[in-house]
Amino acid sequence: MSELDIQPQLVSELLVGFLREEVGSAGLERTVVGLSGGVDSAVVVALCARAFGPQNVLSVLLPYRLSNPRSARDAELVARHLGLATKCVDISPLADGYLEPAGIQDPRRRGNVLARCRMTVLYDLSVEWRGLVIGTSNKSEILLGYSTQWGDGAHALNPLGDLYKHQVYQLARFLDLPREVIEKSPSADLFEGQTDEAELGFTYAEADRVLYRLVDRRYSEDELVAEGFERGFVGQLTARVVASQFKRLPPVIAKVSRRSIGHDFRYLRDWKR
Amino acid sequence: MDCRLVVAQTNPALGDLGKNLEDHLQRIDAAVGTADLILFPELSLTGYFLRDQVEEVALTPEDAFLRPLLERSKHISIAFGFVERSREGRLYNALGFLEDGRFLSVHRKVHLVSYGLFDEGRDFAAGEQFKLIESRHGRFGPLICEDMWHMPSAYSYFLDDADALLVASASPARGVEAPGPGLASQRTWNILLQASALLYRTWVAYASRVGWEDGIGFGGGSRVLDPQANTRAALEGLEPGVLAASMDSGALRRARSELPLRRDEKPGILAAELARHVPLLSALSAEHALQHE
Repeated sequence: MSELDIQPQLVSELLVGFLREEVGSAGLERTVVGLSGGVDSAVVVALCARAFGPQNVLSVLLPYRLSNPRSARDAELVARHLGLATKCVDISPLADGYLEPAGIQDPRRRGNVLARCRMTVLYDLSVEWRGLVIGTSNKSEILLGYSTQWGDGAHALNPLGDLYKHQVYQLARFLDLPREVIEKSPSADLFEGQTDEAELGFTYAEADRVLYRLVDRRYSEDELVAEGFERGFVGQLTARVVASQFKRLPPVIAKVSRRSIGHDFRYLRDWKR
Repeated sequence: MDCRLVVAQTNPALGDLGKNLEDHLQRIDAAVGTADLILFPELSLTGYFLRDQVEEVALTPEDAFLRPLLERSKHISIAFGFVERSREGRLYNALGFLEDGRFLSVHRKVHLVSYGLFDEGRDFAAGEQFKLIESRHGRFGPLICEDMWHMPSAYSYFLDDADALLVASASPARGVEAPGPGLASQRTWNILLQASALLYRTWVAYASRVGWEDGIGFGGGSRVLDPQANTRAALEGLEPGVLAASMDSGALRRARSELPLRRDEKPGILAAELARHVPLLSALSAEHALQHE
């Protein structure tokens, strides 16, 4: 039992309701999801299948020539398990068309390009399929800024964005997703051998306990230290959250007129929906 | 009192007055003949996170748009949420009460919420009173959501010998931690409603909304409690729906004979204590004392 434990059935019901209503308010009944073989996208397609029926979920595999073959295998496993049709688009020609002539070697730059190629394909397919692109970023990743802006960070709706990684795992078990997907190490699979936790330098389990207190429970850093958390680690996480705030907000518009988008033109997306 | 009540748990379209009016009329027409009063949630005619739409959907009680509701109130009393534009141009989060083809009351939300995910203080002016509704079906105390979180709101209706509190709400669904059960926000509301029924020995009708506005879900959980805090009818899911309950004076009498809290209440002591916290009050009562010397 962890303090981060949720009631998975209740959360599943809420998120299915959220998907139905918010996809519906965009005038649509179908969704497009990039299926990576990881636990987050597996949970999202499972929720979409519950919300709209498997026939209304387009699961897209987007491998690159250097991707771990296990990613595609696990993605297929999830799709079969849920009765979803998959579409596979190899992004190698698209990505290499830019990466190779430009001679880009920096893994971070290459990874960002791959993430944005995937976004480009998903948004294009959303037109053909007449479905909304659903995001798969969880609260831990979003707070840590562990995503590519306008890449995996780009989507219309996100059912997982208020759930820590620990809670996504709980939901995955409740939704009875394949064990292989739940038990493997999380990886963005943007370069060979990459795992989230090696790249971040800490585990999601460690980060979740601190982030939950900082954000959800409004602890101060001193209160966290008093509870036994290491000050250096708390400081490191806080710095990451602050440094990545730009990824969590829409672009900043310079106000010059009497009424400006983003400042004092205040309407919800669900305006008259 | 003898009041057959229908509570409508709705999912208003954000800022779409026409669509919401249509939904109101359907539910009202379905209740006419079997109910004396129908209660809708907070801002039921407009939706909740209106922001700049507050100005655009505001109505004066005289607005022709409200005529179909007024017309139907000749057959059933109607409590509904809307944005009221006052003569001075102030905009209120309001609960209108229609009966016999006219506005019997407009309660303006006193306790606007301006913290966390709420920003009502920016968009609305605050109401300044709790005025009992003397309806042909009973004595009702109207309250809007956060009003209920401030004990003196319902207390003032307790002093008025209200038969029932009519609580209209748009409470966001939040708090999914284990073990629950259910939403933390809904559990908290149930405690609040039960405590009010128990301490004020009154019927409590709670109309809450459901649905989503830009990722914020609303928690539903509409219910009717009797004056001994028993739940008489409830909607537990997150879907729109209606519930019916009969509120009668027999239950009020029994609850109040068992525990005569209103009879034994001492508002004079409270007034003296309040005067310590509100300096103007003590000045007023001193002036009052001088005038009567």
